[in-house]
Amino acid sequence: RRGNRRQAGGRGGVKGRGRGKKPASDDDDDEDDEEEDEAPRGRRGANRKKLAKKRGGNDDEDESEDEPPKRKRGGAANKKKGGKAQDSDEEDSDVGKGKKGKKGGGKKGKKEEEEEETKGKKGDGKGKGKGKGKDDDKDKKKKKKKDSLKTPLNSLTEVEEKKKLIANIRNKPWRMQRRLKLLKEAQEFVDKFEGALGKGKGRKWYAYKVMMTKKWIKFQRDFENFRTACIPWERKIKEVESHFGSSVASYFIFLRWMYGMNLVLFGFTFGLVVIPEVLMGLPYGSIPRKTVPRAEQDTAQDYSVLMDFNGYCKYSVLFYGYYNDQRTVGVLKFRLPLSYLMVGIGTFGYSLMLVIRTMAKNADVGGGDGEDSDFTFAWKMFTSWDYLIGNAETADNKYASITTSFKESIVDEQENQKDENIHLRRFLRVLANFLITCSLGGSGYLIYFVVKRSQEFATRDDLSWYEKNEVIMIVMSLLGLVCPPLFETIAELEDYHPRIALKWQLGRIFALFLGNLYTFLFALFDEVNTKLEEEQSIKNASIWAMKEYYANYSRLMNDSEATPPPMDPADVIRGPCWETAVGIEFVKLTVSDIQVSYLTILIGDFARAVIVRFLNYCWCWDLEAGFPSYGEFDISGNVLGLVFNQGMIWMGAFYAPGLVGINVLRLLSSMYYQCWAVMATNVPHERVFKASKSNNFYMGLLLLVLFLSLLPVVYTIMTLPPSFDCGPFSGKDKMFDIIMETIDLDLPAFMGTLFSYAANPGLIIPAVLLMPLKKKINPVLSLSQTRHLLFELSIRGIPKLQHGAEEKDEDDVALASSNPNARGPVSRPPGPRGPGPGPGAGPGRGRGRGPPPR
Amino acid sequence: MGNKQTTFTEEQLEAYQDCTFFTRKEILRLHARYRELAPHLVPLDYTNNPDIKVPMTLIVTMPELKENPFRERIVETFSEDGQGNLSFSDFIDMFSALCEASPRELKTIYAFKIYDFNRDNFICKEDLEKTLNKLTKGELTPEEVTLVCDKAIEEADLDGDNKLSFADFENMISKAPDFLRYRHLFCYVFIF
Repeated sequence: RRGNRRQAGGRGGVKGRGRGKKPASDDDDDEDDEEEDEAPRGRRGANRKKLAKKRGGNDDEDESEDEPPKRKRGGAANKKKGGKAQDSDEEDSDVGKGKKGKKGGGKKGKKEEEEEETKGKKGDGKGKGKGKGKDDDKDKKKKKKKDSLKTPLNSLTEVEEKKKLIANIRNKPWRMQRRLKLLKEAQEFVDKFEGALGKGKGRKWYAYKVMMTKKWIKFQRDFENFRTACIPWERKIKEVESHFGSSVASYFIFLRWMYGMNLVLFGFTFGLVVIPEVLMGLPYGSIPRKTVPRAEQDTAQDYSVLMDFNGYCKYSVLFYGYYNDQRTVGVLKFRLPLSYLMVGIGTFGYSLMLVIRTMAKNADVGGGDGEDSDFTFAWKMFTSWDYLIGNAETADNKYASITTSFKESIVDEQENQKDENIHLRRFLRVLANFLITCSLGGSGYLIYFVVKRSQEFATRDDLSWYEKNEVIMIVMSLLGLVCPPLFETIAELEDYHPRIALKWQLGRIFALFLGNLYTFLFALFDEVNTKLEEEQSIKNASIWAMKEYYANYSRLMNDSEATPPPMDPADVIRGPCWETAVGIEFVKLTVSDIQVSYLTILIGDFARAVIVRFLNYCWCWDLEAGFPSYGEFDISGNVLGLVFNQGMIWMGAFYAPGLVGINVLRLLSSMYYQCWAVMATNVPHERVFKASKSNNFYMGLLLLVLFLSLLPVVYTIMTLPPSFDCGPFSGKDKMFDIIMETIDLDLPAFMGTLFSYAANPGLIIPAVLLMPLKKKINPVLSLSQTRHLLFELSIRGIPKLQHGAEEKDEDDVALASSNPNARGPVSRPPGPRGPGPGPGAGPGRGRGRGPPPR
Repeated sequence: MGNKQTTFTEEQLEAYQDCTFFTRKEILRLHARYRELAPHLVPLDYTNNPDIKVPMTLIVTMPELKENPFRERIVETFSEDGQGNLSFSDFIDMFSALCEASPRELKTIYAFKIYDFNRDNFICKEDLEKTLNKLTKGELTPEEVTLVCDKAIEEADLDGDNKLSFADFENMISKAPDFLRYRHLFCYVFIF
C-alpha cells in the first residue's frame, strides 16, 4: 500500500510539478516580491503549499532514498528539507523549491521521469487518478494565484518569463505531453496579458535571432561537411584504421599528404614548363637536341631501350636535354628557361614551406604522444559511436574501429602500469643501442670500403658505369634486406612501447639508408665529372669543326654570310648532356623502386597470404598460427620508402621534369594498391598501438631528406656549367645567369638601376637592421603560443594533479566515515577548481606517463 | 503542404514547433515517417490526438536507428511507458532531442539516461560493461572489459563512489573536444 501511495505521489509529482511548479519556478524572483506585496495571495499560497508539502514529503522521501547526497545539486534538496523543517518560513521553502525547479530543472525532471518509468508501469488507476486530482487542484490554485496578481509591473516580468519559457521549452528534458500542456498554459497566459502590456514584438525578434543562429550553425556545419567530403580517400583510410589501428592509418595519411604535395609540384612543373614547351616550343626533330642521333635510331624504339629511358624517351619532354634555350617561346613570349629555373627552385621552396607549415600545425594540434587527456576511456565509451551511421557496412567498420581503439588504449594503459626491474631494462637498452650502433658503424664502413674499391675500378676503362657500381648496389640491397629485421630483433631487448619503438626503428633505418643515399650521390657525381670532361672535349671539337666549316664556307663562297651547315639534326655531333644522364638515373631509380616495392607486396604479402590460406588445409602444422602466418604491415619500411622516394623526386625533378608526373602516378596507384593489399593480405599488429597524434616524426624525416636533397641540386645549379648543346640553359656559364639576363634585357632600365641600388650597401644595411624588427613579431607569436600551452596545461594538467591529490584526500575521508556511500555532497562544482595544492604537492599522474599513484 | 489540414490542426503544428526543433514541414514529414512504420495502426488524421503507440520492434527498423548499438535503449528512454512503445509525441520528442539543433545540455541529459541501463540514476560498472559490450560487439576479453570500465570510472568519477552520477557525466562530456561532442555524442540522426 505504501509503495502504491508513494508511487501515486511520484506520479503526481511528475504531472503536478510539471504543470504547476515549473511556471512558478521560472518566475520565483518576482514571486518573492509578490509575496511581500500581497498578503492575500500569500495566504492562498500557504494553502497551496500545505497541499504541496504533503505531497512534497513523499517526494522528499523518494528522493532521499534514491538520491545519494553527493551531488552538487543535492544542495537544493537540502535547502528544501530545511525549509520544511522551519514550518513558519514558507517563503524559504518556496524559494528553495523554486530554485530546485530552476537550477535542477533538467535533473529533477529527469529523475521524476525515471521514477515514473520504473514505477509507473505498476501504477494502478487509482494512484493515477489521485495524482491527477491533486494536480488539478493545484492548477486551480495556481490559476487563482495568477489571477490575483494584477500589478502591471509584476505581470510584465512574468510575461517575460513566460515568453522565455515558450522560447526555451524545446530545450527542456520533459515529456512531450507535459511540454505541450505547459506551452499551452504559458501561451494562454501571455496572450491574456500581452494585449494589455503590448509587448508582442520581443518574441518575434527573439525567434528571428534564434532562427538566424540556427541557420548560421547549419551553414557552418554544411560547409565543414563539404570540406571533409573534398578530402580524398577518407573512407578508405578510415576503413584501414578501423581494422589496423591508427598507426597503420598514419602511413596512409602521410601517403595522402605526400600525394597532395606532389600534385601541386606536378601542377607547377607541367603547367609552367612541360606544357609550354610541348605547345609552343619547336617540334620534335627540328633541332639536334630534340632528335635521336643517327647511331641510336635503329634501336630507339626497342622495348628494352625505352625501359632504360634511352632512345625516344631520352629525347623527349621528360628530360632536361629536350628543352631549348630560346629566350621566349610562342606568341605569348613565354620565358621558358627562366620559368624552368624558377620552377626548379620553387619546387624546393614550396616543399619546404609546406613541410614546415604542416609540422607547425601538427605541433599545434597536440604534439604529444598518444593521449594527454583526462578522459580517454570515458570519452571512448560514451562518445565513440557516430550517430550518423546508417549503413550496415559502415557500422561494422565502426565496431571494428572502436574495438581497435579500445585495444590501443589498453596497450597504452598496460604500458603505464608496467613495473619491472628498471636497472635490467636500462642495461638492456644500453646494450641494444650499443649493438645497433655497432651494426650501423659496420655497415657504414662496408659501404665506404666498397665505394673506395669501386673508385679503384673506375680507373679501368673496360667497365661500364653500371658494372662499376654493381658491387655497391648488391651490398646496399643486402644491407637493406638484413639490417631492418636485425634492428627489429635487437629492439625487442629494449621493450619500448610500440609507438616509441617505431620511432627508434625509423631513426635507425633512416641512418642506414643515408649510407645508401650517400653512395648513390657519390657515384652520380663521379659520373657527372667524367661526363663534364667528355663534354668539354666534344665542345671544343664541335666548335673547332664549326669554325672550320665557316672558314671553308667563306673561303669557297667568298661570302661572309654565315648560314648553318646543311646537316640533318640527327647527324650533329653532340655532347653527353650530363643533366639528362642524371635525370635518367633518377627516373630509373624511381621506376625500379616502384617495381620492387610492388613486387614485394605481391610476393611477400599476397603470395604468402594465398599460400598460408590455402595450403593450410593440407599441411603438417597450422600455417596461420604457426611459422609463416600472415604478414604484418611494415610501417617503418613503408614510411621510409616514401620519404626516400620523395628525396629522389626532389633531387631528380630539376633534371627530369617528367619525374614528378611519374611520382604522382606512383602515389596514386600506391594508395589503391596498398589499401587493397593491407586489407586483403595483412593481419593487424599483435599489439595494435595508437599513432602519435601528429605524424611530425615522419615530417621531420621528410624535412631532413629535403635538406639532403636540396644540397646536391643547389650545388649543381650554382657551380657546374650547363651542357653547351642541350637544355634550357645551354650557352650560359652558369644556370642562374638566366636571371641576370632577364633583369638586363626584359625589365625596363629603371628596374635594372633599381636592382643595382638594391645591391648597394646603403640600402642593405637598413634592411638588415629592419630584419630584427620583423623578428620581433615572432617572439610575440611564440609567446602567445606559450601562453596557449600554459593555458592548456592549466585546464588539463593541473586539474589532474589536483584530482590526484583529491583522490587521496577522499580516501582519507572514506576511511573515516563508516559508509563510503554516505558522504556529504560535493560542495564545489566540478569545473573550475579553487587554488588547490601546487603541482608539486599532490602525487599527480603527470601526463599519463609513469605508473599512477596507488 | 496540402495535407496539413488533414493531419494536424494549425494549433497543434504551432505547438509542436514550439516544443521541438523542427519546422512545420519537418513535423509533417516525421508524421509521414511515423505512419510508414505502421500504416494500419497510425491514422492520417491526428487532429484529435489519438492515443496510439507503435511498438519498439517497428521503431528500431528505421534506417536512422537500425545500426545503432543503443537503439533499444534510445527508444525505451523516450517511451512514456519505458517499454519502448512510442506515441507520436514520444516519437517527435526523440527526434527533436537527437537532431542537430538540440543543445548539448539536453543531449547530455538524454545520453546519461540512455547509458544508464538499469535506471538507477547512476552509470555504474554494470552499465559500463553493457555499453562496452554493445560498442565492441563483445570482442574484448573479460579482463579488458574490466580494465576499461575501471579506468573509465576512475577518470570520470569525481566523488569517488565508483559510479558516475549525472554531475560526473556532465563534467566529463563538457570537457570532450567539440568534434567528439557534436558528431558523436548522441548527435544528429538524419531524418530526411
